[in-house]
Order: sequence, then C-alpha cells, then structure tokens
Amino acid sequence: MAEPLLEVKNLKVRFPTDDGIVKAVDGVSFQVFPGQTLGIVGESGSGKSVSMLTTMGLITNEQALIEGEVIFEGQDLLKLPPDEMRTIRGSKMGMVFQDPMSSLHPFYKVGDQIVEAVRSHQDLSKKDAMDLAIDMLRRVGIPRPDERAKQYPHEYSGGMRQRAMIAMALVLNPDLLIADEPTTALDVTVQAQILDLIDRLREEFNAAVVIITHDLGVVAEHCDEIQVMYAGRIVETGDARDIYYHAQHPYAWGLLQSIARMDQETDRLQPIKGLPPSLIYVPSGCAFHPRCPYIMDVCKREVPELIPSNGHHASACHLSLAEKERIFREEVAQKA
Amino acid sequence: MSVQTVESGNGTKGDGRTPLIKISNIKKYFPIRRGILIQKTIGNVHAVDGVSLEVYPGETVGLVGETGCGKSTLARVIMKLYDPTSGELAFDGQRYDRFSRAKMRPLRREMQMIFQDPYASLNTRKTVGSIIGEPFRIHKTVDRGKIKGEVQQLMELVGLNPEHYNRYPHEFSGGQRQRIGVARALALKPKLIICDEPVSALDVSIQAQILNLLEDLQQEFNLTYLFIAHDLSVVKHVSDRVAVMYLGKIVEMAPGDTLYRNPKHPYTGALLSAVPVPDPDLASAKRRIILEGDVPSPINPPSGCRFHPRCPRAQLPICSEKEPELVPHHPGQVAACHFPLEDRAIMASAAVGEGG
Repeated sequence: MAEPLLEVKNLKVRFPTDDGIVKAVDGVSFQVFPGQTLGIVGESGSGKSVSMLTTMGLITNEQALIEGEVIFEGQDLLKLPPDEMRTIRGSKMGMVFQDPMSSLHPFYKVGDQIVEAVRSHQDLSKKDAMDLAIDMLRRVGIPRPDERAKQYPHEYSGGMRQRAMIAMALVLNPDLLIADEPTTALDVTVQAQILDLIDRLREEFNAAVVIITHDLGVVAEHCDEIQVMYAGRIVETGDARDIYYHAQHPYAWGLLQSIARMDQETDRLQPIKGLPPSLIYVPSGCAFHPRCPYIMDVCKREVPELIPSNGHHASACHLSLAEKERIFREEVAQKA
Repeated sequence: MSVQTVESGNGTKGDGRTPLIKISNIKKYFPIRRGILIQKTIGNVHAVDGVSLEVYPGETVGLVGETGCGKSTLARVIMKLYDPTSGELAFDGQRYDRFSRAKMRPLRREMQMIFQDPYASLNTRKTVGSIIGEPFRIHKTVDRGKIKGEVQQLMELVGLNPEHYNRYPHEFSGGQRQRIGVARALALKPKLIICDEPVSALDVSIQAQILNLLEDLQQEFNLTYLFIAHDLSVVKHVSDRVAVMYLGKIVEMAPGDTLYRNPKHPYTGALLSAVPVPDPDLASAKRRIILEGDVPSPINPPSGCRFHPRCPRAQLPICSEKEPELVPHHPGQVAACHFPLEDRAIMASAAVGEGG
C-alpha cells in the first residue's frame, strides 16, 4: 500500500478546567491515504472534532495538553513552530466547517476572501488570484461565478455558502480536506449536491478527505474507511461493509439499531440507554460499559484494546469474536 | 382554483369521522413593504399558497420539505400564531380561522407545540418545575396548591426525575431538555401536538429515545400529531401519512411506505434519492435524481407547476402553463404532477422487498 498522507499516533488531548481534566481524545491512532475518504462517526463529545482540530493545529499546547504524533507528509506537525504550521495548514490542508456563516467574514465579498486565502500562501497578483477564485467558484457549481464573487456572504443561500467554503478550502489544491459536519445544516437535496462535489473533487485532485459526521447514511454512501468514536477513543474501525454488515462493537450496534430508516419498516426504535459519559469522569474500564447490554465483569476493570479481527477491521470490546458475530447475526442484523 | 382536499384514502382512518384538524385552501402571504414614512406593499412572500389537509384523531401526519417550503409557517397558521390570509381552519368540526385572541384561548389548550431547539424554547431563568407548570397557571386548570404534584407526575411520565423539579434548564442534556418541552406540551392534555423538528438538534441515540417517548404518549392519550421535519427517515418512521411540501404547496401525500416505494412526484423522488441510506449495497443500487439549482423565491413563484424549472421530467409548455392538481394514484396517495414517476423509480425493487 502507498504511504499514508496523514498518520496520527496515540493522540491524546486533554483540557484542564476548573472541574477537572477533560479527556477529549484519549489515545487515537489512524492513517489516511491519498484518494481515500475516511469517515469519523460519533455523537457530541466523542472527540471526533477535537482530534481533527488538533491535527490541523487549531488546538495547540496553549489550550490543551497534547501528546502523541501527527505525521503529515513525513513531518510531525505537533513539533512544528506556529508559523510553519500555518503555511502547511493553508496550502496543504483545507477545512470545511458545519456552519458556513460563522466561517465566512460577513463584511468582505466572497471573492475577496478567497483571494486573501490564495495570496497569503501564493505569490500571485490580485488579478490572477481573483481569476483563480472565480474558476474555483465555478468548479464547485456556483452559477455566474464572476458576479457571485462580488457578493457578500449574506447574499448567498446556505448551500451556496457551503460551496464557497469548499471553494476556499480547495483553492490552494490541498492534499487533505477535513470536513467537519459539512452538511448537517443543509437540506437533503443540497447535502447530496455538496457530498457529490466533495467526492468529485477528491477524485480530480487525488486528495484525501476526512468527513466528521453523526449521520450513518452519509458515511455509508461516501466513505471508504470508517471510524466509530466513543468517549475520546476509537471503538471500531473498518470499511463500510465491515461496519454495516459485520459490526462488532456494542456501541456500533446501538447506533445501527437506533436510527429510523427509509428502507425498512421498524415498529420501534431501540435507543441506546443512558447518556454519553462525562469526559471528566470517564467510566473505568470500557467507557461504554454503563450503557452496554452485554456487560461482563472484565468490562468495568480493563480498557479493551482495539484488536483487528481480519485485516484491518478492528474493535475494542472484551466480547469474543465468535460471540460478537453471533450477537450481530441474531440480534442486530435482523432489525438493523 | 377549486379546493382540493387531501383525504386519507386508505379507508382505515377517515370513514365518517370528523377530522380533528381540517384546513381548506389555506394561504399565508407576508407583505413586503418599502418606504420609511409611507409604506407601500410592493409584493408578497407566498409562504403557504393554498394548502388543504385533514388530520384525523389518533393519526400522525408528517410534513416534509426543504427550508423555506412553508412547513413551519403552516404549523404556525394552524396554531393561529399567524392569521391566515385566506382559507378555512376547523378544529373538531368548529371553524376558528376568524377567532379573536380571547376566543382562541380555550382552543389553545387543545393544541400544543414542541419546538426544534430545546435550548432556545425554554426560559433559562426559570426552574423546570415552573416551566412545566406555567400552562396550569395561565389556563387555571389546576388549583395552585396541586400544581407541583401535577408537574412531578408529568415529569415522571416523560422520563425525567421528579426530584429535579427545582433545577434549571442548563443542568439538563439536550435530550432531557426536549423531554421538558414534551412535558410542557402535555400539561393541558391537548388533543393535537404539532412537533416542529423535535429531534433534529439531538444525537442519534437520543433521537430514538424521544421518538419512542412520543409514540408511547400517543398510544396512552390518543394524541394526534402533525410532525414536521426535514429528515425523511424520521418522518416516515413516525407518520401514518406523509405530505411533501414544495414552495408553499403540498405536491404529494401518501402513506409512508407508498411514498418510499412509489413516489409519484419527481420532487418527492429527488428528496428520497438524496437521503443517504445507511446500507452500502442499497446505497449503490439507488437511482439518483439530482436537482439543479436552489429553490426559487416564494415572492415570485414559477408559473404552472412550481417545480418545473428544476424538474428533470418537465415538458414545456404544459408544465410551465398549467398548474397540476392533486390526483389519486395508489390507495391513499395523491400527487400533483403532469408526468408522474413510474412505480419503483428510485429504489430497486429487490432491495426494498424485504423491508416490510
């Protein structure tokens, strides 16, 4: 296999607060390859955004206690000084956030904002940069891009703003695009357009994409690799077929069973009982044990390791593989 | 234009019964004014433009559509938070579209609403007990001394710990806050609850808890729901019938299964095909209708069929000149389209067969 573009090794991010230390990310390791889409799934507070913000250098040692390594194109980003990190972040990594209105400046024209992004990383004249910006707006599907570039963000619809943000993230031709809930605020039809656009641009630029989402449908349709996160740790990882047809972790089962689905008649949804844990007082052993229907004694004592079962499908759960397969077959697959 | 009535045609619900809510050709226009001292109306936003709908007791009707299609405005018109521009509203056979505020008050007990954002719809400076108890104090349905007991009963009913009576909203998680909203809506024992995106702001595992709670309460109290959401999977799960709105009009209405298997309106088809399916094989078997462009402005809706500028099946000039009426298709299904989709146009038949 090719070299990974991004390799995160045993990343830990902890925030000291008045109430105690918040263990937002607690030992996360993964790789992303060029041309691949990685989906990170999890609920609020599972650490999915924090791990990517740290990767981008947007959470630093000033705000948090960070351990581990983030190797991007052979360099450990966590060891870089802020100005070098800045260069890499702008030109080699692009990020798309959930709420485009809070990431575009309301006082500046959209075209000018993209020009500024370009010119802070590339030595281009204003005119050339504007041409590049307009071309990018066209490629993300904004009609009449030369006129649209002269408009302010409030003149754009929600879907168009999201496109403008993607244009800004991609204008420098980054190797890595990180999209944090890129379509959560959008209607389904617009969501489909945006996700297709990300897919197409990934192919065109051979970029690597990381999509952070809570929508299991989005990952099933758009991601090659999937990571399920819970309480700051990866509890299961594999490709889409592994997760949807052979899920091994009780939390992943819970997610699959708790969603309403278009394609099935479900009489009653099966929610995961209880609430996600506090990240200050993370439960002992497996953090999921208080909510897990298959709890054993060992689960309260020992943190389960992320163990691969075949190739790269791995889960962090004390149940035996045979038991996991039986439960999935008999109890989860029928309903989910 | 004649008043079109969308009835529940499958015969199980509507027969000879009075609909709990009957709305007939409801329109709600918001004027656009210009001028500082002398204001002139220069146009109207046609937020709801001729919607007719009947909801029967004990039924759940889902309302889906994109941002700006008028679904929330319609809900607020039904609650009479907005006065309709024209059309008729009837609750349990009684017309109320011209009621004054004072006359509306007793009717308000019968209709309650649950909102999307449990953070914004609860007063942060009041205790949970006083939030849930407020309807009792306003409508004076319970003696002052008994309010606390009633509130604690409600809290227990929706799965909150009654001992948390004196806590404030910020001490609760998002899902629990939505439970507070549900308890408040139930306080006056309403017949109809309008749920406006009740689970959109919640995590998936919590969504299921709230949806199940709403389902249990419906069975226990024979509640009628009008369930508004943009998430088609959720709407299909909870609803007996689903109405699809586009630019202020209902373009299709059908039982959830029928709508999923055999959508007739191309807009419904596009919405359905855009919903990501959490199943990689099914997802790749799905036929996609990708819509171009954005929803047109409701100030100047397109002529003829409002969907025609974005419709992949539009044939000119008929679609741009003649407005399609809602006509019946499968049992219980009506759709307003000159060139409806064939059966199973979106989902491959084999994949759907096992579902139900």
